[in-house]
Amino acid sequence: MWIYEKKLEYPVKIKHTNPTLAKLILTQYGGPDGELGASLRYLSQRFSMLTPEAKATLNDIGTEELAHLEIIGAIVHQLTRDLTEEQLKASGLDAYYVDHGVGIYPANAAGTPFTAAYIQSTGNPAVDLYEDMAAEEKARKTYEYIMKFIDDPDVMDPIRFLRTREIVHFQRFGECLMYVQDEMGKKKVFPIENNNPCKKNCNCEEN
Amino acid sequence: MENLLEELTQLDFAAVDLALYLNTHPNDENAISLYNSIITKADSCRTKYEKNFGPLCSFRSFSRNNNWTWIKNPWPWSTDFYSKL
Repeated sequence: MWIYEKKLEYPVKIKHTNPTLAKLILTQYGGPDGELGASLRYLSQRFSMLTPEAKATLNDIGTEELAHLEIIGAIVHQLTRDLTEEQLKASGLDAYYVDHGVGIYPANAAGTPFTAAYIQSTGNPAVDLYEDMAAEEKARKTYEYIMKFIDDPDVMDPIRFLRTREIVHFQRFGECLMYVQDEMGKKKVFPIENNNPCKKNCNCEEN
Repeated sequence: MENLLEELTQLDFAAVDLALYLNTHPNDENAISLYNSIITKADSCRTKYEKNFGPLCSFRSFSRNNNWTWIKNPWPWSTDFYSKL
C-alpha cells in the first residue's frame, strides 16, 4: 500500500525556462541511473531481502525514490513551460518534442526509452545490495555531471538535495550489506539459493 | 502558506532521514526520542496545514468543505502550488 501526499519531498520553484537543461535532467527520470530505475530496483529486490534491517531499508528507500522521481518530473516540467518555436529549435529539444511534446516521458538524455534492463533483481540479498550501492554512486555521478551545466540557483537547489540523498542511501545500503553478510555467514539452511556446487550438503568449501 | 509548507516539508524530511537511519540502528534510543519529537511536531503542523490549505491526501484527510477540494487545489509540480493556495 502507498499513500500519496500532495507536496514534494523538496520544493521546486523555477522562474526561468531552460529546455536545453530540461533535456539533460530528464535522464534522471528515465535514464540508466535515474530515479525510476532506482525505485523499481529496490521495490522489486525487497521481496527476497534478508534480515529485518535490509527489508525495511529497501522498502523505504524504494519509496523515497518515487518522491525523487516526482521532483525530477517537476523540474523538467517547470523548465519547459511556455516555450516558443525558436526556443525549441535552438535548445535541441525539438526531436523530443515531435515524439512527446513537453510531456514527461521516461527516457535518457538522448531520448532512448526507459528499460527494465537497467536494473537487476537476483534473489541473492548480498549481490543485490552490491548493485544498490553501485547504483547510488552512479546516480550521484550523474547529478554531478548535470551540475556542470546548471547556472540557475533555482535548479541547482533541488539537484543538490537529490545528490546528497544518493550519499545517504549508499551509506544505509552498506550497513545493510554488513547485516546480510553476517546472516549469510551463519551457514544455516538458506532457502533462497545454495551457492555451493557440492551437493552433499556437508559444508566442504568445494567451490 | 509557504511558511507552513516549508515547516512541514522540513519536519517530514527529518523524519524520513531519521527513519532510514533507525532501520540500520534500531537500538539508538537518542535517535528514537528525536524521531518521536519530530513526529509530534509534524503531526500538529500537518493538521494546521490541512485546516488552512486543504487535504494532503485523497483518502486519509478529512474533507472540511461540501465540495471536494482535493481536485481544485494546485498540484505540487506546478509553480502555482507555492503561490496561489
